[in-house]
Amino acid sequence: MTQTQARDSVGPRTWRFTSPARLARGEQINGWLFIAPALILLGIFMIYPIIWSLWMSVQVGKGMNFSFGGWTNIIRLTKDPVFLRALTNTCIFFVVQVPIMIVLALLFANALNDDRLRFRGLFRTAIFLPCVTSLIAYSTLFKSMFAQDGVVNKALLFLHVTSDPIPWLQDPFWAKVLIIIAITWRWTGYNMVFYLAAMQNIDRSIYEAARIDGVPAWARFTHITIPMLKPVILFTTIISTIGTLQLFDEVYNLTAGTGGPSDSTLTIALYIYNLTFKFMPSFGYSATVSWVIVVIVGILSALQFLIARDRRPSE
Amino acid sequence: MSPAAFIRRGIVYALLSIAAFLSVFPFYWMVVGATNKSADIVTGKPTFGGNLFANIATFFATIDVPRVFFNSTFIAVLGTVLTLAVSSLAGYGFEMFRSRFREHIFAFMLLLLSIPFSALMVPLFVMISAAHITNTFLAVIVPSISSIFIIFYFRQATKAFPSELRDAARVDGLKEWQIFLYIYMPVMRSTYAAATIIVFLANWNNYLWPLIVLSTPDTKTVTLVVSALTSAYTPDYGMILFGTVLATLPTLIIFFLLQRQFVQGLVGSVK
Repeated sequence: MTQTQARDSVGPRTWRFTSPARLARGEQINGWLFIAPALILLGIFMIYPIIWSLWMSVQVGKGMNFSFGGWTNIIRLTKDPVFLRALTNTCIFFVVQVPIMIVLALLFANALNDDRLRFRGLFRTAIFLPCVTSLIAYSTLFKSMFAQDGVVNKALLFLHVTSDPIPWLQDPFWAKVLIIIAITWRWTGYNMVFYLAAMQNIDRSIYEAARIDGVPAWARFTHITIPMLKPVILFTTIISTIGTLQLFDEVYNLTAGTGGPSDSTLTIALYIYNLTFKFMPSFGYSATVSWVIVVIVGILSALQFLIARDRRPSE
Repeated sequence: MSPAAFIRRGIVYALLSIAAFLSVFPFYWMVVGATNKSADIVTGKPTFGGNLFANIATFFATIDVPRVFFNSTFIAVLGTVLTLAVSSLAGYGFEMFRSRFREHIFAFMLLLLSIPFSALMVPLFVMISAAHITNTFLAVIVPSISSIFIIFYFRQATKAFPSELRDAARVDGLKEWQIFLYIYMPVMRSTYAAATIIVFLANWNNYLWPLIVLSTPDTKTVTLVVSALTSAYTPDYGMILFGTVLATLPTLIIFFLLQRQFVQGLVGSVK
């Protein structure tokens, strides 16, 4: 085994003091020693739970009594109205929120990437600032700001945006809107920083050439900036997808753990939590539900990769 | 500047100002809220009030503040130190000692990155219960020590570590662990600084996992306590917002002290 791996060594060595075989063996041992603690911990706290969860997802029963159930849990999934509502809600959050946030982050980054813009540092810091708050702190803040007579409704009434106070936390539709506003507030600046950094790596002369050719600003943005940023956009979209599908803290806190009103903001992660820690624990079924998230994340990531790859040759 | 360009400029400034205002307003609201009565907060009073000391008194009377802050700090500091140690070793190891087999392991780890925590929390909880370590700090810290994201981050950063340094150290007869400890770590200071902020913030702000494994009052963290206050039937927002100020203060201070590394740290992870 050592021999085949020694041949596999990729790192180029320009000079050697010890004999190649001995050095290679030392490299092998060191290579494993450095990563061993991480691998052991990952094995215990990641690989084992994954296997356990896969095995549990085909078990039925309450508490610690379970037996093999085959497809039972999957059939139960398709007939479980609460799960279907949680799935729908999660998908709505994902489909509406991620595009809004990505587009906003791109526009802000593009505006802040202009050298002639004044107060750039100030704007950047301000828009990025929400990222440092804990999910709990900011959902608490939002809960108090979006109260029936709260400051947001007062401002909207003052600006004549609405004639009646909006029932943010009481109405199923507005509760969803509130969650989307909250996540967008918290994460737009985070994504913006990724785009800003990537934009600074784009060669300025490309823009100069386009400007001389009379390409308008908007076209420079859509035809130069966006295509150049494709890998970063893909990365942030996938990270956001995973984040939105795991949505828990905000909803739990804004709705006092209920996912209400009437399950309108219940997410899959919150449902898993309820299945395991609120109701009589049904570990098998909650494992099945959690694998739904894994499958969706997998499909969406693959899809996003495909879309990003498809368009590349044409540009 | 042509009139059209001038107007366009104006619109950009206006939109950025609105965005900046909306981003910062909740912070203002938090600080103002900490000085107001609960009744004034839910009715949207946007100015400073005179209830700060009453709120502080209520907060300290309701919550064992030193205990809770000690718990949060202990978890965040120990978690950060261990995560950095284990994950930077691994990042260094993957980059410096390459083999095809380990490259496969690395690629597999990146795949695991897309598995959400909610898929793992149930088996993790059962494991922690079986090991009888619920309600301990160990239970909170241990599952996240080996962070794939941070390993990936360190591997990327290690690509910039000059190999001449390592070669020179080898000629001088240093062992591999000595090279890591005495050469790599000091040289990579800024990488460690950035990773420290990311991991510290994640640990300090962590909610779901501590919520699951910590149930006794003497082990609760700041985030758990503040969250519990809000779910009361008539929450006392004056006191709660003072609590959120306290909970946010450490992260804000760290952010402003190390803003540059923080941004670079986020950015370094995509390059």
